[in-house]
Amino acid sequence: MPDLRTNTGGIQSPNPFWLASAPPANSGLQVQRAFEAGWGGAVWKTLGVTIQNVSSRFGAHTIRGVKGAGFTNIELITDRTLEINLREIAETKRLFPKNPIIVSLMVETEEDWREIIKKSIDAGADGLELNFGCPHGMCERGMGSAVGQEPTLNERITSWAVRYSTVPVLVKLTPNVSDIIPHGLAAKRGGAHGVSLINTIKSIIAVDIDRFVLEPRVALLSTNGGYCGAAVKPIALHMVASLAREKRFGLPISGIGGICNWRDAVEFMLLGASTVQVCTEVMLRGYGVVEDMIDGLEEYMRTHNFSTIDQLVGKAIPSFSEWGNLDLNYETVAKINADTCIGCQLCVQACHDGAHQCIHPEEGTRVPRIDESECVGCNLCEIVCPVPSCIEMVQVNNSHAPASWNDFVTDGKKLRPKKGVH
Amino acid sequence: MTTPPLATRTESSFEDFKLPLMRDGAIAEANRCLFCSDAPCIKACPTAIDIPQFIRKISTDNVHGSAKTIFEANILGMSCARVCPVEVLCVGACVYNDLHQPPIAIGKLQRYATDIAYERGWTFFEAGPSSGKRVALIGAGPASLAAAHELRRFGHACTIFEKRATLGGLNTTGIAPYKMKADRSVSEAEWILSIGGIDVKMGVTIGQDVSLAQLESEFDAVFIGVGLGIDSTLGIAGETLMGVHGAVEWIERMKLEALDLSSITRAVVIGGGNTALDAVRETRGLGIANVTMLYRGRRDGMSGYAHELESALMEGVSIEWQATATALTGEGRVQRVSCVRLDQSKRPIAGSDFTIDADLVLMAIGQSKLSAMFDDMHGIAFDHGRIRVNANGFTGRKRWYAGGDCSNGGMEVVNGAAEGKRAAHAIHACFEAEKSGAHTHA
Repeated sequence: MPDLRTNTGGIQSPNPFWLASAPPANSGLQVQRAFEAGWGGAVWKTLGVTIQNVSSRFGAHTIRGVKGAGFTNIELITDRTLEINLREIAETKRLFPKNPIIVSLMVETEEDWREIIKKSIDAGADGLELNFGCPHGMCERGMGSAVGQEPTLNERITSWAVRYSTVPVLVKLTPNVSDIIPHGLAAKRGGAHGVSLINTIKSIIAVDIDRFVLEPRVALLSTNGGYCGAAVKPIALHMVASLAREKRFGLPISGIGGICNWRDAVEFMLLGASTVQVCTEVMLRGYGVVEDMIDGLEEYMRTHNFSTIDQLVGKAIPSFSEWGNLDLNYETVAKINADTCIGCQLCVQACHDGAHQCIHPEEGTRVPRIDESECVGCNLCEIVCPVPSCIEMVQVNNSHAPASWNDFVTDGKKLRPKKGVH
Repeated sequence: MTTPPLATRTESSFEDFKLPLMRDGAIAEANRCLFCSDAPCIKACPTAIDIPQFIRKISTDNVHGSAKTIFEANILGMSCARVCPVEVLCVGACVYNDLHQPPIAIGKLQRYATDIAYERGWTFFEAGPSSGKRVALIGAGPASLAAAHELRRFGHACTIFEKRATLGGLNTTGIAPYKMKADRSVSEAEWILSIGGIDVKMGVTIGQDVSLAQLESEFDAVFIGVGLGIDSTLGIAGETLMGVHGAVEWIERMKLEALDLSSITRAVVIGGGNTALDAVRETRGLGIANVTMLYRGRRDGMSGYAHELESALMEGVSIEWQATATALTGEGRVQRVSCVRLDQSKRPIAGSDFTIDADLVLMAIGQSKLSAMFDDMHGIAFDHGRIRVNANGFTGRKRWYAGGDCSNGGMEVVNGAAEGKRAAHAIHACFEAEKSGAHTHA
């Protein structure tokens, strides 16, 4: 049986699945139910200054009928009192001593940080997460992403937190920056034990086209929100991987961003995350989604002979390189399996309108023909094909030795003739 | 021009067999559509509706655009959505069948868009500027309606001659009521006529009230859309007994009138085509306890659709395969059907006689053709009673065109719609050619 236990910056967890700091981790009863359902840990909804929320707060991006493929919120940090939250953290720790509770924090002054850190640890926090990421509301008050976007502030506040904390400190990073690396390095200089990313992306989820108001609508106004959910996963993966492959960084990572199932979790782990945090999928489907995450991960680990989570973490990082290192002489072409082809010809349309015009209808059959001499191996046909494994990209054993752009520029290596430039 | 109030008609007791889609269901179903290139469903539609396009528009809540796409190809799109045998047309061609997944519910999606168009009173087309040309159309069924609408878009004046009191032809009088009721077909016809410039002469029988020669002299072109004639008979004893009817005639009465079926408990329908299947499902649906279909061939040789047969069997209809009636007996009113079993060559098997008690017998063995009315029209020829036409609906007699059941032998509403529209284009092309001095038919 694979061992799912994880250690992220000194925070031990029975499995890598944590609730992210968000509405599903808003109260003791919720977190307790989540632990009962199988969640390994929970990052408590951010404690800090007293706030009041608006209605409505959430919005959904619908893609081809899938409502919530992207998601947004304009909710702020906890709107419950510090006392209630601390009491419930203590109670939850008493009931679930093995499940780590990481308390998310967001306050202003050094004194504020010292005080709230002490109270959180006294309540039983196994770790702290500094919320330097919230892109709406709090940043206008000089907190959240206002800190995360400014490396010197990030470093300074992190160093305060580390100074006053007796438990590991994770810094939650905002994706609302052009390059994540300086921000990860700032957290490291501040002494953080790890980072979690990504927080939500500054965004407008939709416009009510009849009322001419952004969504989610608060009377006749709205504001930018924090984008999350399945649709943000690619952005999150890139930022996680960027830090994981950065030699100067080296801190543990808790991955966040569009994780809906065990497959998503595995991808984050292969790119360097030792734990993953989930919010939107729980908001849309409830705590029960963790069951599939756990046994899907276990089966994956068995299939690949991984016995511990450490063996997965970062395993795909060596494959993440610069474009200039990619082998330009590596050649693939599309092949259609005529036996499984259903004749929808989506590949014909896609290739003609969106690619390189090398897939053609054939007289007397619905199965199209691929002109391999023109096929650039772009994958578009394989992507639009509705039949699993019907179109495969097959490597062509050409006679050209591997040569990247960098090889070409620096060593003058020979590149194969271009295709699809008719 | 209108049918009697719904409540007084026998057909009004039927519910829809296929339930309509609500908005959310329609959008969800529309989102399943793959938007195939050179889509097989379009090729399977006689009117070549751009099905992926109208479905995509439903998925984006662009119902107006969706309905326009449908009606642009088929002005009878509302009734076709209900009455088309989609299982053997568009839905049967859906690539999802090959993926072993449920095919897209194209008929239901088309009904969703077109019903909304009717509910909201949308119209999409305007008559073209007047051309000065006049076209006569014989019959007010689907083929003539489609032809007239298309001719009006070209600006040609139209006059429809209809011998009955109702519009819509067999679409009004012959559709199984669990698919569509008569009043809906009539309102469709009225909606089509709302383009304006189509003069409808009801209760006028061509060949009696107005001669063909008269039509030819008064109009620039004539479209024949007369459908088929009365039900054929077997020529056996007892066919004149009370309770014995042609299926088409009985279905028409069931749809337009209030029939007294209180004393009827056993019905026998003779035939194996789609009219026979409609008749057994309808009699069964009206509460007649014992309904038997008598067909001289085997299941795999019947012309009726397999999906209709499945429904009939599910609804409790009995079927006697490879059997036929030899006599109908009863005192005044039919009481039983004498039958005999047939061998593979449909020859009677000696000693295999049996009887079925029946108080209603419907003959669904085909309809007569109306070729006699065109006897004097040189150039209009017949094949097995069907008016011979070329691919454009041209008969061979200058300026005479035909479409629908009278030339295709009895197909679907959608075929009539396609053929009417096609003939309209040919008529228009003929007028255009004459204008430019060229000489053409087709």
